[in-house]
Amino acid sequence: MQAPDNLKYTETHEWVRQEADGTLTVGITFHAQEMLGDVVFVDMPQAGRSYRQGEECGVIESVKAAADIYAPVSGEIVAANTALADAPEKVNQAPYETWLFKIRPQNAAELQSLLDAAGYQKVADADKH
Amino acid sequence: MAELRRTPLNAVHRESGARMVPFAGWDMPLHYGSQLEEHLRTRADSSMFDVSHMQVLDLAGSQVRDFLRYLLANDVAKLHGPGSAVYSCMLDESGGVLDDLIVYALPLGVYRLVVNAGTADKDVAWIAQQREMRGNDCQLRRRDDLALIAVQGPRARERTLAACPPAAIAADVARFHAAGDADLWIARTGYTGEDGYEIMLRAADAESWWRALAAQGVAPAGLGARDTLRLEAGLNLYGADMDESVTPMEAGLAWTVDLASDRDFIGKQALFERQPRHTFFGVVLEDKGVMRAHQTARTAQGDGRLTSGGYGPTVRASIGLARLPPGVKPGDAAEVEVRDRWLRARIVQPPFVRNGRILITA
Repeated sequence: MQAPDNLKYTETHEWVRQEADGTLTVGITFHAQEMLGDVVFVDMPQAGRSYRQGEECGVIESVKAAADIYAPVSGEIVAANTALADAPEKVNQAPYETWLFKIRPQNAAELQSLLDAAGYQKVADADKH
Repeated sequence: MAELRRTPLNAVHRESGARMVPFAGWDMPLHYGSQLEEHLRTRADSSMFDVSHMQVLDLAGSQVRDFLRYLLANDVAKLHGPGSAVYSCMLDESGGVLDDLIVYALPLGVYRLVVNAGTADKDVAWIAQQREMRGNDCQLRRRDDLALIAVQGPRARERTLAACPPAAIAADVARFHAAGDADLWIARTGYTGEDGYEIMLRAADAESWWRALAAQGVAPAGLGARDTLRLEAGLNLYGADMDESVTPMEAGLAWTVDLASDRDFIGKQALFERQPRHTFFGVVLEDKGVMRAHQTARTAQGDGRLTSGGYGPTVRASIGLARLPPGVKPGDAAEVEVRDRWLRARIVQPPFVRNGRILITA
């Protein structure tokens, strides 16, 4: 599945959507969920906590492995998708429609460091194993 | 890196879109899309597993029974005729576990051992060496001409009998018994905690049986589901839950060691001399998260370690097996160190699930 063009990406396989109100919605990519296998538990960052860009802010546990989730930009968490606790498999079934958390960026310049779809596709292709 | 070995069903797995991974030197299917779905479907209906990587060993000859009574910690004298089976550990002289296996009595005085893939070469070398040292003349044959298909689940037997007419030989076989002959052996055994068959058949027939099973609605399941199913069933995995560094008593397998008779067997003396250093029980995580093997389990009696851990899709909780200090017992509270946090857990007596029924309360 190709990375959608309307999103931005990190090298650590998060996708990022810029919202009209200035917040960013974050999830993980098709490639990430495919590498992980069936997701059984998501440990999400708490609303109100702040993170630096690249800081580990949560964990996704699958049947076979655990993977860290990283803050794509520095900012404050404004919401976490707590409903996922009852249906973690949504991350596998619809990775680009399933959000994990929303973050309000502190530093607009950091948005420039995110990858576009083509840039991310290269990362994903190189990561296949 | 040495090339991976392929089972007779390798092409069929690839055709089905399986995610293939190396396992014990074999190219094996991890899953065919979703190991969670494969696990749940096994307990709800049935699944089939290619377990041809396991090693079948046939032993024959007039001295074979005596040899096996010496070689194995469980007593083959319990085998009461063709079709019966026992689960046993094979120990070294210090009582450490070399492998776990099932031994079947076949017709015509032949005994069949099914051993783990990862230990096959070690086991064969050990058996040959012990036979030599005993001056025993039994013959040992590696049945690399056979494939193994495990069909497991409440509807496994029904679907197998509908799919494969030759399976009728096993229609009335009791649990933990088998029927057939050295070239087609169908055992009502398994590694999932469900009813079903483990079918040992000629490699050349494997594909047609697999496709016939598929046509009868049996879907394939891979090693990922096999591991979550066996963990929920409280079944040990050699190399994780036990190895040469522990005795059967230290891995929850005291029940497989027959000390009742006065036969001598390898490791018997050591078992009498050694005081168990560990107990072995199940662990259920009560906080949210997933436990993994090697994580520390802290109890009132001191620290232990998970030997197996993961998520149980049927129990919908994180479960594990653990090597724990003596004195720990089911019902005790514990904490497990999961990714730098101490999470609450409870010690339980496995199994967690049997015949689809959840036995523990999460």
